[in-house]
Amino acid sequence: MPEIPLPDPRWADLPLAFAVLGLALWLTLTRGDRAAVIGFTGYGLLVAVAWVRLGSVDVALTEAALGGGLMGVLLLTAVARLGSDIDQPRPSLPGDLLIGLLCLGVAAGLAAVVLGLPSPAPSLVAAVEDHQAAIELGNPVAAVLIAFRAVDTLLESVVLALAVIVLWSFGADRAWEARPRALDFGEPSPALVLLARLLPPVGLIVGVHLFWTGADHPGGPFQGGAVLAAMALLVWLARLGRPPPVTDGFTRLGIVVGPLMFLLIGLAGVVLAGAFLGYPDAFTKPLILLIEAAKTLSVAVALALLVAGPPALSGALSMRRTGSTETGAKA
Amino acid sequence: MTEAQIYGICGAGLVGIGLYGAILGRSALRRLLAFNLMGSGVFLVFGAIARRGGIVGGTLSDPVPQALVITGLVVAFAATALAVALLIRLAAVERDEASAEADSEATDSPAAGAAPARGPAPGAGHAWDGRG
Repeated sequence: MPEIPLPDPRWADLPLAFAVLGLALWLTLTRGDRAAVIGFTGYGLLVAVAWVRLGSVDVALTEAALGGGLMGVLLLTAVARLGSDIDQPRPSLPGDLLIGLLCLGVAAGLAAVVLGLPSPAPSLVAAVEDHQAAIELGNPVAAVLIAFRAVDTLLESVVLALAVIVLWSFGADRAWEARPRALDFGEPSPALVLLARLLPPVGLIVGVHLFWTGADHPGGPFQGGAVLAAMALLVWLARLGRPPPVTDGFTRLGIVVGPLMFLLIGLAGVVLAGAFLGYPDAFTKPLILLIEAAKTLSVAVALALLVAGPPALSGALSMRRTGSTETGAKA
Repeated sequence: MTEAQIYGICGAGLVGIGLYGAILGRSALRRLLAFNLMGSGVFLVFGAIARRGGIVGGTLSDPVPQALVITGLVVAFAATALAVALLIRLAAVERDEASAEADSEATDSPAAGAAPARGPAPGAGHAWDGRG
């Protein structure tokens, strides 16, 4: 490959940090909720670039997919349903200044801690490298997630499943058989429908590739699952498909298969490898692949369902607060 | 200044901005947004620590904090999704209470006949997104 001379990337650090801080300040102070949410989506992408500069491409991918993508869809649907009502008046100027100064103090204290971190820094790089060969994974982050700190990852996948269950419980009793409707926004525009036809095949391959390549390169079940979830949301937004009803057996299986597979293989490790979540030497790689495949599926299903909202009845689509007068009139 | 210092200070600033927004945000959604800014700032500080550890170990970034941040990002997303659903539910309940009050005011003045008009309103309050 021909070498293209690029300017030193370190020149980008200060402008990027100022852009992140400036955008954060703007979206805290701006008037419109919708503008703030759109700003937050852009903020997620900027932070993803910051993560690349910190050398954490795995985190950057997660931040871009979750913080920039799915979070944007979630918050934009929320703004559309909640409107831009002010429920807390601004305090008087002295109070405002006092709170601002205290927050500045917190930030300054944290910054002082960051600048005064001990040197040489504590590092677990060597510890991970020493044991990484045993589990045949080239990506150290994946090795930490699936093996060295597997309990964290197991609990985290359980948290995702629990979050979906809690979300569903927000639905009305009589809507239990219905489908989630947070993404119902009337007739979709033709451009959105076209995008929802063209992008999912690409996104499907990118998602599965992120999962597969995660063994040796940046990527993994969370990043891949988030991309797959985004594709499902696109199809649902364009009304080319509908979110499954919460009583659907396959959906429920999809949510729990990841944590369940992880737990079962982990328990088998007690007998076969002598430790909970240990992997027997002969089958380490296949077992890890099995867990990661199941986890990718579960992450995708859970994330998509978290954005799709609790089950709701079809009649209730006048979401904005302005709609309350008309429903009140009907009653 | 190293990357770790620049982005570490950036993370500290984000925690301050997020804290300010979480206290003084105009609406519940804005306070939720500010809370996410705070979380993002904490993650960035952790990323700076990972960067320092990575340089000591001869790589770009320490994988253990990276893995913890990935786990944290996913959990933060799940928590935000739940908070958004609670906010929408709360708005629906408040809206139905307001319309029920309007109904009862309208029908209470002719003394009798208030009961049938008030009937459906409390039930409708159970729908996640308004009356079903």
